[in-house]
Amino acid sequence: MAPTLELYTRKIGHPEWEEPFVVNMGPQHPSTHGVLRLYLELDGETVVRCDPRIGYLHRGLEKLSENMTYTQAMVLTDRLDYISSAANNTGYCLAVEKLLGLEVPRRARLLRTIVCEMARISSHLLWLATHALDIGAMTVFLYCFRDREWLLDIYEKICGARLTVSYPRIGGVRLDFTPEIIDELYQFTEEFPTRITDYETLIDVNRIWLRRTKGIAVVPPEKALNMGLTGPSLRGSGVPYDVRKFRPYDAYDEVEFEVPVGKNGDTYDRYRVRMEEMRQANRIIRQCLDKLAQTEGEPVVAEGAPDLLMPEKKKAPRAVPHPKKGFMVKGEEVPVVPEGEVYVSIEAPKGELGYYIVSDGSGKPWRVRVRAPSFVHISAIPEMVKGHMVADIIAVIGTLDVVLGECDR
Amino acid sequence: MSVVEILKEKFGAAILGEETTADQIGIYVSREVLPQVMRFLHDELDFKHLADLCGVDYLGWKGKRKKAERFEVVYNLYSLSRRELLRIKVPVPESDPRVPSVTSIWRVANWFERECYDLLGIRFEGHPDLRRLLMPENWSGHPLRKDYPLEPEEEWKDYAELREKARELSRYEWGDRRVRGG
Repeated sequence: MAPTLELYTRKIGHPEWEEPFVVNMGPQHPSTHGVLRLYLELDGETVVRCDPRIGYLHRGLEKLSENMTYTQAMVLTDRLDYISSAANNTGYCLAVEKLLGLEVPRRARLLRTIVCEMARISSHLLWLATHALDIGAMTVFLYCFRDREWLLDIYEKICGARLTVSYPRIGGVRLDFTPEIIDELYQFTEEFPTRITDYETLIDVNRIWLRRTKGIAVVPPEKALNMGLTGPSLRGSGVPYDVRKFRPYDAYDEVEFEVPVGKNGDTYDRYRVRMEEMRQANRIIRQCLDKLAQTEGEPVVAEGAPDLLMPEKKKAPRAVPHPKKGFMVKGEEVPVVPEGEVYVSIEAPKGELGYYIVSDGSGKPWRVRVRAPSFVHISAIPEMVKGHMVADIIAVIGTLDVVLGECDR
Repeated sequence: MSVVEILKEKFGAAILGEETTADQIGIYVSREVLPQVMRFLHDELDFKHLADLCGVDYLGWKGKRKKAERFEVVYNLYSLSRRELLRIKVPVPESDPRVPSVTSIWRVANWFERECYDLLGIRFEGHPDLRRLLMPENWSGHPLRKDYPLEPEEEWKDYAELREKARELSRYEWGDRRVRGG
């Protein structure tokens, strides 16, 4: 305490005082959503320069997964964006399935779509809760957490875990839904749209909310694409890029949904886009549940999917000609995952989550690269906050919806 | 006309080859013409979205596809109007790990390149601010290289200092609120 006070008194009246004032925001700041540190140079309360410092949560996931088998590495993807782990798992599984050339059964695709959309809703609920809390609306926070809790309970019934689910697996999903989960999901989708309307009545016409979000951090469409923004942050600027529509995966090509886009590209539009996305996610879950009835009793894991233990090599039977018996069957060691490289991306709740996997034909991935939306979004913060007030930085971090576990990897 | 054909026609020998996995195509481009190729792809062929940029270390590679150099920098591009994914790969020799920067074309490349420099030690020429990103600034070595051990024998030299500081703080008496409050 004392030294800071001394510093202030000493500096007043000195030419040094004219220099930009340097503030370190974070890494333990409550509204930076994790361990993000922003090095700020201020002129009064206006931001002159902002330099995000990341890496406080760097666990070396990419390096670690090079030393694991493909199924072991999947568990690490839970820890990327720990709020929507089902979506991360799905992206990783899609990439490995593409390397293997596996065709996932329809029921498994529907189930994965459901858990992905549940992840989207729970991620957006957490975003709305914390974003509103940062800006000063406490009530929304409590209501959002109530509904998110419901979703997490459903997750627990599905697979036993609440956050790090690891529910999808390479070639499908681990377990089928029980009838009571389907009943509960029906109940959820029935009630949830009215809940969204409730939140909107709380903040949509709230004068403080509007003043804090309208016209803040405006990003024009071309610039947004050039800065690499994806997901709702890009669509708020009016670019209708959604991986679910452009490169459909899982069951997204057989369900109907709309891609909401904003007009002005400000914080308020991004908020509107996310609210609308929750409605669409609810719609997708509903349609998938209806379709699940048609595939009752079908398998949820693809035939020929690798074992969960996943040995590094497998024995493949091969017919070898034999002079007396005609032919005989010999076992031959072949790679489990063929050589090659793929880039597969999905529409995670935060934006485009991509996996670039290089396989050398051994049982372990040669390189796993994660293109994390939060990483890119944090790199866009300096441009977005320039010229804004310090208080608006909080709104910008909130509107980009960053998670540091995914950013630092 | 596919993108590969257009590129081959325009740049000729600078396109070193191509490689396909599943339905995805990867094009090898020599690093000398990389800025021109990227500028052409961005402006003329409408690849406005640089989805990903990363480096790969091929030290000790045993696969069947031969690698000419130790490192490769991989650019995954996407075009919204063509709805097409394209992978550009640039071989980088170990003796001279330098690649021209594409930050002037895509702003998003800024942090991707910083990360690639940090973890693999590939220098990007023309980058406005090439510093370490994920690792501490005085870190030695590049962790994603294949010859970097999973558990280094030496610990980071600032770590001892940090630990000592934490120990000191844990002994610190945090005010006298408890005494006053009773």
